[in-house]
Amino acid sequence: MAFFEMAKTAIGTVLRKPATRRYPSVAPKSTPLTRGRVSIDPSRCISCGMCMKKCPSGAICVRKEEKTWSIDRLKCVVCNCCVEVCPAHCLTMETSYFPCVTEHSAIDVHAITYVKPERPKRPETGEKAGEGTAESS
Amino acid sequence: MPRRIVVPFGPQHPVLPEPIHLDLVLKDEHVEEALPSIGYIHRGLETLVTRREYPEYVYIAERTCGICSFIHGMTYCQAVEKLVDCSVPERALFLRTIWSEYSRLHSHLLWLGLFADALGFENLFMASWRLRESVLDVLEETTGGRVIQGSCKVGGVRRDIPGETLERMRSGLDTIEREAGEIADVFLRDDSIISRTRGIGVLSREDAYALGAVGPTARASGVGIDLRKTGYAAYGRLSFSPVVETAGDCHARCIVRVKEIFTSIDLIRQAIAKIPDGPVEEKPKKNPEGDYFARSEQPRGELVHYVKGDGSRHLVRSRIRTPTLTNLPSLVRMLKGCNLADVPVIVLSIDPCIGCAER
Repeated sequence: MAFFEMAKTAIGTVLRKPATRRYPSVAPKSTPLTRGRVSIDPSRCISCGMCMKKCPSGAICVRKEEKTWSIDRLKCVVCNCCVEVCPAHCLTMETSYFPCVTEHSAIDVHAITYVKPERPKRPETGEKAGEGTAESS
Repeated sequence: MPRRIVVPFGPQHPVLPEPIHLDLVLKDEHVEEALPSIGYIHRGLETLVTRREYPEYVYIAERTCGICSFIHGMTYCQAVEKLVDCSVPERALFLRTIWSEYSRLHSHLLWLGLFADALGFENLFMASWRLRESVLDVLEETTGGRVIQGSCKVGGVRRDIPGETLERMRSGLDTIEREAGEIADVFLRDDSIISRTRGIGVLSREDAYALGAVGPTARASGVGIDLRKTGYAAYGRLSFSPVVETAGDCHARCIVRVKEIFTSIDLIRQAIAKIPDGPVEEKPKKNPEGDYFARSEQPRGELVHYVKGDGSRHLVRSRIRTPTLTNLPSLVRMLKGCNLADVPVIVLSIDPCIGCAER
């Protein structure tokens, strides 16, 4: 039987600095690996649609004809899957979270500005295979 | 002559964080019978397995539970790895063990906080959760997610932990152990906790065994079942003994969880000391075919993932058996004959996770 078992810890807590941060005046904690939100570099997106196909929550929509890449921020579960599968490495994971929204629609639409580089003139025969891979990457 | 009345309890209740509904048949203040019902947060995650490719389903398997997420993902991966004939590299197994034990630490600390809160011990609740925060910081630093780690994949793990971070984790464990020791003393010895929990919600050893109790609920009644002893992941190479208590009451269940915190800290230390170098993932060579049951020890008890594949990229069937659902019959037995005022403490003492139980 013991009373005041908690007293030592409780007094220590009073004397210590607060364990929490004064958010928002102090920035929230984040680490280099923190999954905050997905962002895209529209100038590098090749509209392959891999991110849309692999997204577990169906948050990403890539429209090839309209050249848009959109993400529903409320559906996105920030799992990092799209960033891993993107062959053009145009998707990145930012460490800051997406801010709150007041309406139930948080669809971010980005216009894809990627321009396929001109096919260089085929100089001679024999180097076809090498050219092909350089173009698709 | 006392009248029998039925008191509805939950799914929304001030002390109950989980959406479970209990119809309590009372005679005066005593519970004669408790009729549980669930079905408030069913999400149909098992059906989703047919619509997502098997590597992507890991993310969904992980989101079955918000607390033991890593172990859900890992058990699913263990099951699928058997179907795709993939041997996981040693280092990945050790990393999985480390992350599993950190998950157990944060789950137990969360539960201890909630338990203290159910008893009205706010100060202890805050102290437990402050300590839990330092465990979550380690998880975020190494995986990128606080509670949904997303670091397990079929064939290994997604990211390695560099050597210097492992060293930092090892020294951080000393601080966690010291602070956990302070909290543990309160849970084990404080009079106000003992008077609210000792002799309440007693589950005998025979009942625990016959009703299929798992995890700390079973171990507190003297049934020493710990799935980690089967040696999945790297547990076979670490030495530990399951924490077993014999009283079977709420305090025994509390003691088991408090002591398991120190077992987990010890297991992480051993794993960090023994972790080998090498690759952390291996690519699956074929699509899943056949079926397999994978079992593991969650903070709440035994978890089973059953998967069935037909040789395509999509699995045909997934079935998850979660510890909370298994512990519900034991809970009904514990509630029989208790006081109405003790119901929240008893319900919390099995560490219910209805989000898991319903999927």
